Amino acid sequence: MVGLTKKKERIDQLAASSATAVVDPTDVESSGGSILADAWRRLRVSPVFWIGAVIISVFVLIAIFADVIAPHDPGELLLRSQTRLARNQLAPPQPGFPLGGDQLGRDLFSRLVIGSRQTLLVGVFATLIGFTGGLILGTLAGAFGGKVDTVVMRLVDVLLSIPSLLLAISIAALFANPSQTSVIIAVSVVQIPVFARLLRGQMLAQRESDHVLAARALGVKRAPIVFRHMLPNSLSPVIVQATLVVAISIIDAAALSFLGLGSQSVKVPEWGQMLGEAQQKIDSYPHLAFWPAGCIIVVALGFTLLGESLREALDPKNRR
Amino acid sequence: MFDPLYATDGESFRPVRQMMEGLVGFKPGTADVEPKLAESWTNSADGLTWNFKIRQGVTFHDGTKLDAAAVCYNLDRMYSQTGAGATQAQYWADNMGGFKGQKDDAGKDVPSLYKSCTADGDTAVVKISAYTSKFPALLGLPSFSIQSPTALKKYDANNVQASGEAFTYPAYAMEHPTGTGPMQFGKYDKTNGVIELDRYDGYWGDKATVSKILFKVIPDETARKQALQAGTIDGYDLPNPADWDSLKADYNLLIRPAFNILYLGIDMKNNPALKDLKVRQAIAYALNRKDFVASQLPEGATVALNNYPDTVDGWTKDVEPYDYNPDKAKQLLTEAGQTNLTLNFWWPTEVSRPYMPDPKSVFTAFSADLQAVGIKLNVTSKPWNGGYLDGVEANKPDLFFLGWTGDYNTPDNFLGGSLALNNPENRFDTGSQPWGKTLASEVAAADAEPDTAKRNAMYVELNKKLASEYLPDIPISSSPPALVLAKNVTGVVASPLTDEDYAHAVIGQK
Amino acid sequence: MLRYIVRRLIQLVVVMFVLSLLLFLWLRSLPGGPDSAICGERCTPDQRVAMRHALGMDQPIWVQYFKYMGRVFTGNFGYSSGVEPGTPAIEVFLHRLPATIELTIGALIFAIVLGIPLGYFAARRKGGIFDNLGIISSLVGIAIPVFFLAYLLKFVFAVKLGWLPDSGRQSTDLAQPATRVTGFFVLDGLITREWDASWDAFRHLILPSIALGTIPFAVIFRITRSSVIDVQNEDYVRTAEAKGLTTQVIRRRHILRNAMLPVVTVTGLQVGALLAGAVLTETVFAYPGLGQATAIAFQLRDFAVLQVLVLASAATYTLVNLVVDLSYALIDPRIRTR
Repeated sequence: MVGLTKKKERIDQLAASSATAVVDPTDVESSGGSILADAWRRLRVSPVFWIGAVIISVFVLIAIFADVIAPHDPGELLLRSQTRLARNQLAPPQPGFPLGGDQLGRDLFSRLVIGSRQTLLVGVFATLIGFTGGLILGTLAGAFGGKVDTVVMRLVDVLLSIPSLLLAISIAALFANPSQTSVIIAVSVVQIPVFARLLRGQMLAQRESDHVLAARALGVKRAPIVFRHMLPNSLSPVIVQATLVVAISIIDAAALSFLGLGSQSVKVPEWGQMLGEAQQKIDSYPHLAFWPAGCIIVVALGFTLLGESLREALDPKNRR
Repeated sequence: MFDPLYATDGESFRPVRQMMEGLVGFKPGTADVEPKLAESWTNSADGLTWNFKIRQGVTFHDGTKLDAAAVCYNLDRMYSQTGAGATQAQYWADNMGGFKGQKDDAGKDVPSLYKSCTADGDTAVVKISAYTSKFPALLGLPSFSIQSPTALKKYDANNVQASGEAFTYPAYAMEHPTGTGPMQFGKYDKTNGVIELDRYDGYWGDKATVSKILFKVIPDETARKQALQAGTIDGYDLPNPADWDSLKADYNLLIRPAFNILYLGIDMKNNPALKDLKVRQAIAYALNRKDFVASQLPEGATVALNNYPDTVDGWTKDVEPYDYNPDKAKQLLTEAGQTNLTLNFWWPTEVSRPYMPDPKSVFTAFSADLQAVGIKLNVTSKPWNGGYLDGVEANKPDLFFLGWTGDYNTPDNFLGGSLALNNPENRFDTGSQPWGKTLASEVAAADAEPDTAKRNAMYVELNKKLASEYLPDIPISSSPPALVLAKNVTGVVASPLTDEDYAHAVIGQK
Repeated sequence: MLRYIVRRLIQLVVVMFVLSLLLFLWLRSLPGGPDSAICGERCTPDQRVAMRHALGMDQPIWVQYFKYMGRVFTGNFGYSSGVEPGTPAIEVFLHRLPATIELTIGALIFAIVLGIPLGYFAARRKGGIFDNLGIISSLVGIAIPVFFLAYLLKFVFAVKLGWLPDSGRQSTDLAQPATRVTGFFVLDGLITREWDASWDAFRHLILPSIALGTIPFAVIFRITRSSVIDVQNEDYVRTAEAKGLTTQVIRRRHILRNAMLPVVTVTGLQVGALLAGAVLTETVFAYPGLGQATAIAFQLRDFAVLQVLVLASAATYTLVNLVVDLSYALIDPRIRTR
């Protein structure tokens, strides 16, 4: 972890640069408003933002209405009688089954549609847990400073020193019975230190800022300062990071599935799992791999585009 | 690690089979015994004394001569394993029992099938303690290959130690394995994961037709296939059945006779409902094995009727077949008063076995079938080495998948060796049943019967009772494993025992 | 400077010690173990017990740990139980290390050689078609799962087109076996003047390097682009322009050099990601490096090998970052003079 100075610095810099941008004009309220308006003005004309937003909206809508859209139960072996694996024969597309059957004779289309749900769950929950964990640690460290800061940040550094995917693999392997939950936990724990560092950097910058100093001088207690002043002003780079983390989580979860550490449920389909299973049959049945892979790539791209456009829009340097 | 005595997996045996030979061998493409280093043999009427006439003119790769004394040296060496060596020599423990001077927890000698070996001219006289149908076939196991006594001594072959959570092996096993086979050990290139075998020009039989065999480690299945397609390798073992059809067009796909069995084990220990035969029968009726075999398994795969494949003695088709019948299953459950049954169902991940190429698809198919008749499932999936096997042996699940590839052509290798039905404390917990002890003694008695016809009749009877009265497991399928070679590589005969000879392959023009 | 390096090396040792304890406990809390992997489906319950006893796994965990530490202090890091049974774990690590270093260097070269110039040109023509194409391809590069990209590359360039080898580090049918000097195959061929062997090893590196280098490429491309854009707008560049310096000089002396700082930092950070990505890439390309060993060791619960691999890669990662910090000092005159 001693070699991580630069990784830390980079996260700190990111935190500090946007922090100063938020508090630069002393009047926080109005400047906060204007920053958002400003950002929105730039977002509105950004094609990157719109592409990302459209992809994500479609994806979220499909996930929400998956039950209605999917024509069949994704676990039922409806087309088993048409499936002859050894004779290189899968159920072809047919009325009611737009993409045909998978290697076991289940409806591929329904599996993709229902699978969107799990992918969304992984992305969102992994990010939420990573964020919450980071929030707790970062707030503790940033708000109290001193010894608390030292202890918490040492812990964070240990986590940062292990390559992220290796860490996720290690955590996932700890679960005796791999499931969607273990994937979410494995993928999210990896993100906790990143969020923690980011938030802490923000908070430190805030602690020294004029309005917090002013509030403290006026005798406002610690808790209200932390929750009313410091935290809200620290969030914008965190939101950017969160959007990107959704994409990273989805891809990491797919890698875990590939290594056989993903959800083993045979009832609830998930894209990473579908891709992992199709991997071994990739040249006999390439479409079984291409569909889930395509879905993962498009959705991850959607979140990355959104995150990037947010980052650009909120970047103080772009406001010159 | 190239000393077959300490090996248990097919990957280790593959190169060993090119380098070493046993007293007996197997006819190419079958599991039937034929003479190898022993030219011929006779046995006493009680089946306890065996005279093996040792082939003349055979030399080990180090130039020393094979004789009856060398054979006895080998058998005694195996029998005299101690400490870590005894722990590692699993095939000996499985097939012969104890080692010299080995005591069990109670301080009693662990019985051994092997008694002694004495050299008498060109004959090795082997004495065993009880008759078994497995003898002398078991001497053809690669683990019991005859190796050069000189090399064994020179390179300290018995010096196996445990260090930490691993075993360490002497120079013999790592660098100097010395047998009598058509190929000899060349080198093991660890950097590239390549084992190189070279032709042994002093071979007693037909000399190898290839000058070199390279075995390359490619752990990923798709990577193996792509390596063949790219021309990097000339063949690989166990192609996925899903690829058979596409491989057949451009490559030599050799399909081995199905010499294995996959079964759904029923562990009667924890759930009292399973002690009721009706419930076990209901489970059998609920499984659509025919559709599963047709849709998921390669051609040549069959629904299993007995607990071993149909090429093994004592197999019979006159057993209760339990054809797919969900209504009958529901009816039986109702009769047993178990309409609200919940079972702990385990299946393994991170594994592919010849009898079970894709465990997940097996589980998916049969879990759907069981739920369709109203049985609720509590599903647990565990990595094969990460708790699955341990859990199954510790009687944790109610239902589980397991299987076996035969070592040689005897029923006892399946019923006793794999299913351990001769031991009431097995993974089905048959000992807790009123019939558990009877079953164990029936299995043991059949194995000990020296008369072939009588023995086979006993196995037929046993198979019938296993299906209709005992039903500790439901045999699912026998599935032929395959081997794929480039079009220009011919002359390799697929063996049910995976006992393929690559040394005499013919490499043609591409 | 020397004191700084010594201090960080001491820190490294302390961290390794703590990590080794955590790792030891973690491995033993995993379900299953080497005993189960060695046994397979063959062992009877009695044999399983005997196996655990022979391997010392029936002792209390702290006894096992002290025994382990005792062995480590005598230089015995344990033996492999699954990856290469019976081989010292440290040897498994050492003879696979060059493979992974070679691959990592290949991936970094791919990422840098492509990422920096493309990033620079994208920044020079900000908003142009080239810029947008670059951004989109870098984003797609991040969004593709590494293992899927690896299979695709192999399928197209090795299987279908047959241009490049599909797996491993060297062909088995070389005219004469290559001489090994350093374990770095490309370098070995150059040293011994076995050009064929060197070329062969190089060809084996291309596809895995591209697969592994895609994410670093995307990151380096974007960081170069944005930092060149930043530097272009800096006062000193404008001053230089006003002074009438030639474009060449401005580019070389001011823009590129200053823009390189964050690029070097990020490149160092990517090394950690590369070590993790190697697990996936090496598996797909059957590349006999540390990543492949990690995956196999994990599956076979090869404790000794996992212990050595994880500790060594954490140490390597830390050392690489130390080197990055030092090279930082070389590039940035302000740090140098300090």
